[in-house]
Amino acid sequence: MTNNQSTDLLFEISQPGRRCHRLPACDVPVRQSLLPTDAVADAPPPLPELGEIDLIRHFVNLSKRNMSIDTNFYPLGSCTMKYNPKRHERLAALPGMANLHPLQSDDSCQGMLEMLWSMQNILAEIAGLDAVALQPAAGAHGELTALLVAEAFYRDRKEKQRTRVLIPDSAHGTNPASAAIAGFDTVSIKSTAKGLVDLADLTSKLDERTAVFMITNPNTIGLFESQIGAITKLIHDAGALVYLDGANMNAIVGVTRPGDFGADMMHYNVHKTFTGPHGAGGPGSGPIAVRGDLAPYLPTPLVVKDGTTFKLEYNRPKTIGRVRSFFGNVGILLRGYCYIRTLGPVGLREMTENAVLNANYLLALVQHALDVPNGNRCMHEFVASASKLKRTKHISAMEIAKRLLDFGYHAPTVYFPLVVPEALMIEPTETESKETLDAFAATLLKIIEEDGNFLHNAPYTTPISRPNDAKAFKEPILRWKA
Amino acid sequence: MSYILNTEADRKAMLEKIGIASLAELFQMVPADFQLRRPLQVPPALSEIELQQHMGELAARNTCADDAVCFLGGGSYDHFIPSVVDAVASRSEYYTAYTPYQAEASQGSLQAFFEYQTLICELTGLDVSNASLYEGGSAVAESVLMSISIDPDRPKVLIAESVHPEYRQTLATYMANLAKEIITLPTPGGVLDPDELKKQIDDKTLCVIVQHPNFFGNLEAVDAISKLCKEKGALFVVSFDAISVGVLKRPGQYGADIAIGEGQCLGNPMVFGGPYLGIMACRDQFVRKIPGRLVGQTVDRNNKRCWVLTLQTREQHIRREKATSNICTNQGLFALRAAVYLAALGPQGLRETANLCLQKAHYLADELCKLPGVSLRFKQPYFKEFTVQVPGDAKALLANLLKAGFHGGLSLGRWYPMLGNCVTIAVTERRTRAELDGFVSAFRQSIRA
Repeated sequence: MTNNQSTDLLFEISQPGRRCHRLPACDVPVRQSLLPTDAVADAPPPLPELGEIDLIRHFVNLSKRNMSIDTNFYPLGSCTMKYNPKRHERLAALPGMANLHPLQSDDSCQGMLEMLWSMQNILAEIAGLDAVALQPAAGAHGELTALLVAEAFYRDRKEKQRTRVLIPDSAHGTNPASAAIAGFDTVSIKSTAKGLVDLADLTSKLDERTAVFMITNPNTIGLFESQIGAITKLIHDAGALVYLDGANMNAIVGVTRPGDFGADMMHYNVHKTFTGPHGAGGPGSGPIAVRGDLAPYLPTPLVVKDGTTFKLEYNRPKTIGRVRSFFGNVGILLRGYCYIRTLGPVGLREMTENAVLNANYLLALVQHALDVPNGNRCMHEFVASASKLKRTKHISAMEIAKRLLDFGYHAPTVYFPLVVPEALMIEPTETESKETLDAFAATLLKIIEEDGNFLHNAPYTTPISRPNDAKAFKEPILRWKA
Repeated sequence: MSYILNTEADRKAMLEKIGIASLAELFQMVPADFQLRRPLQVPPALSEIELQQHMGELAARNTCADDAVCFLGGGSYDHFIPSVVDAVASRSEYYTAYTPYQAEASQGSLQAFFEYQTLICELTGLDVSNASLYEGGSAVAESVLMSISIDPDRPKVLIAESVHPEYRQTLATYMANLAKEIITLPTPGGVLDPDELKKQIDDKTLCVIVQHPNFFGNLEAVDAISKLCKEKGALFVVSFDAISVGVLKRPGQYGADIAIGEGQCLGNPMVFGGPYLGIMACRDQFVRKIPGRLVGQTVDRNNKRCWVLTLQTREQHIRREKATSNICTNQGLFALRAAVYLAALGPQGLRETANLCLQKAHYLADELCKLPGVSLRFKQPYFKEFTVQVPGDAKALLANLLKAGFHGGLSLGRWYPMLGNCVTIAVTERRTRAELDGFVSAFRQSIRA
C-alpha cells in the first residue's frame, strides 16, 4: 500500500513543462526594460516543475511518514504535546484575522487589538506579574528578550557590574545560549542528587556581579523546587532578578503563579501550554511577563486601551526596542486565546490537575520496573533512567525510544536533562485517557523484557530504521543536487 | 470546558494507583504559601458556538485585505496563496508533529525540510540553507551573530538606512550588550551610494548589510557593494525578496556571502505580522556557523536513503552557551508552506508572478504620478514597491483612502522624519487593472479632500 514513487524528491519527479499554479495574463500595458540589464537574471531559479496531482500526492504521501498528535500518543517530555483543537484552525483562518496586514492603521483592526490586549491581561494574571509583551516568536526568543530587558534595567540603574547569569545544570540548553547572545557570562549551578537547585552552590556563586538567576520550575526533572521561596529571597537579597523559564507552565497554571513565588520575569510557550500546533518544529510564540518596574523596558509595541479604543503604543522611551519585525506570532497567540476562552478559569485548573494526575499515574505504573531516580512523585512529567537496564541487559534509553515507535508510540525525550544518565523524559499531558496511559505503560514494560540485541536494531516497522547520523555529520549533504 | 478525558471513575482509580486520596495531594510539592486559593481571573468558559460568535465579532471589527484593497507592503504582502498550500499544510500529520528528533517517526517533515533547503539554495544561488528562522527581522540579527562567529575580531557592522527600519531596530536591540559598533549608512537618494560605503568600509568592517530591493522598493547597486566588500574582506549580507528573484539576479550571483529574507511572501498569510518565515542561506565554507536546524541526507541500517537533523553540535541543546544561536523551535510549518508554494509555482510561475508585480507596480506608479503634486520620491529602478511624494499630509491621505476602500500604503514619516510626505506602495500579482484604476481615482479625490 505504500507509495514510493511519489515520495522521491520533488526534484526527481519534476518534468520539464509541467505546471501547477497558473497566473492571469497581464491586464496592464506591458513595458520592456523596466529594470537595468545588469540587475536582471537570464533565467528564473531552477525550481522543480510539477502538476497539481504530482504535488499533492507527493506531500500527502510524505505526511504519512510522520507521527503526529493526531495519529499517535506523543509523550515527548518538555514539549507538552497536547491535543490541538480543530476549532482553533477554523477560527485562525477567519479572513478578518488571517488577512490583516501588520502595518494597517489601528482603527482598521480594533477587533484584533482587543484580542491581543485581552491576551496581555490574561497572561499577566496567570503569571501573577504586571506587564506582558507578546512579541517574542518562541520560548528561546522570549528568554533572550527578557535578558535584554534585565540588561537595560541594570544599565539604567547604573549597575553595569551585573554581567552574570546563573543557570542550573539541569536547564534547557536555550537558557545559557540566550544568556550568551544577550552578552552575559553564564555560570552553571549544580543540582542536588534529588534534582533540585544546590543551595550551597548557588549561595557560593551569587554576588554583586549576578544579574539574573534563570530557573525552570517545575524543573526539567519534573519536580517543583520545594525551596523556591528561599531561592528567590536569596536572589533578591543579592539585588538580582529571578527569571522563570515557563516551559513547564502546564504543571502549575491556576495552582501557583510565578510572580507569587518570587519570579520577576518569565516567558510562556503559548504553543505548549495553550496548545498551538507545533508544526513539526514551529511556529511557537514566547510572550514574556515582567514585574512592574521592568515594564518600561519591554519591547514595543504594546497594546493599550484608550477609553474604548485600542492602539499600539510605540512611544516608550526606555524600551529595549524590538526583537523582530511586526507585532508577534499572532496566529499562535490567537489559538492560545481561543484555548483559554474555551477552558475558562475552572477548565484551566482542571487542565493542570489532570496533566499532573496523568504524569503521576503513568509514573506509578512503571516505577517498579524502570528506575526513576528522583522519587515517586512528579509534576506534569517525570524522568526515568535506563542506566541499570543498560548495565544489566544492554538496553539503553535510545533502544527503548526506538522500539516504542514499532508499537505506534512516539518516543519520549531521551538523553535530556543531562544530569540524569540514560534519561527518558515522559510527559503525557492532560488530553490523554487512562486507557492510553495503561496501554503505553504495558508496552514500555514489555519492551524492557525484550532481548537487548533485538532492540539494538529496532524499530522494525517504520519507513526507515537507525539512520547513520555519523555519516550525515561527516559528509554533510544538505541539499539535493542533480 | 476542557479537553480532558478522565472521568470521575478514572480519577478515582488513578489516585488509588498513585496511593493518594485527592487531587490536592498531587501538589504537595508546591509550598502552601504559594498556592493560589482563588480561581484565576480570566473570562468564563465558552462553548464552541459561543467562541465562534465571539471571534466572528472580533474579526468583523477588522478591515482585512478582503474588505479594502491592500497596497501595504514593507515585508508583508498580499500575494496570492494557491489552494494546494493550504491543502498540504492542513494535513495534521505535519502540523501536529514536533521537531523531528526521532528520524524514523519524522521522515515526512525531514524530507520536506530537505526539499525546502534545496529550494532556498536555488532561490538564493547559495550553497546551504537552514530549515528556517523566525522571520525577516531577527534573520538580520542572526546574520550578524553568525558573522561575528565567522570573524570575531572585526568590530564594525555597516547597515544601509534603506534596510527595513524594524529590521534595523531588531539588530540594534540584539547588539545592545555586545561590543560591536553598528554604523547606519544614510541613503538620501533612496539607495546606498557605493561612494558613501567606500568612505566607511575598512579592514575593521565585519559585514555590510543591504536590502535588495530595499524598504523604499528600490534596487541597490549590489555589484558595486559586493566588490567593495570583497576588497576589504567584509562579509556581504543581503536581505532579499524571494518573489523578486523571478526576474532579478539571485544573491549568490552578485556575491552575497549570506542571504536572508522574509519568507511570508512564499505562501503564508499576513496574520497581522506572524508567524512568518525567516530565510537564511550562505556559502559552503560557513556551514558550521549557520544558526538553526539543518536537515541532512544519509542512509539507514538497510542502506535506504533517508534524512536526519544534522550538524547539531552547533545547536543550543548540545553546545549550550557556545551554540551558534539560541534558536530551538523555528518555523517548520511555514518552511513546508514555502516548499509547497515554490513547487506549485515552478520556475515559470515564479517568473510570471514577479513580472506581474513589476508591470503592475510601474503602471500604478505612472498613473499616480500624473496626479497633481504626486511624484516618485527617488529616481531609482524599483521592483514591486515604490515611494511617492504626496501633496499635504500623508497620514490624512491614507485615512481618506481607507474610507474609500483601500489600504493605501505606508506613511514613511514614522521611521524617516525627512520623508514625512512620502508613501511607499506595494503592488502584488493579485491586483487587477480595475483595482489599480480605482485606486488612482480614489487617490485623486483623497488629495483634494
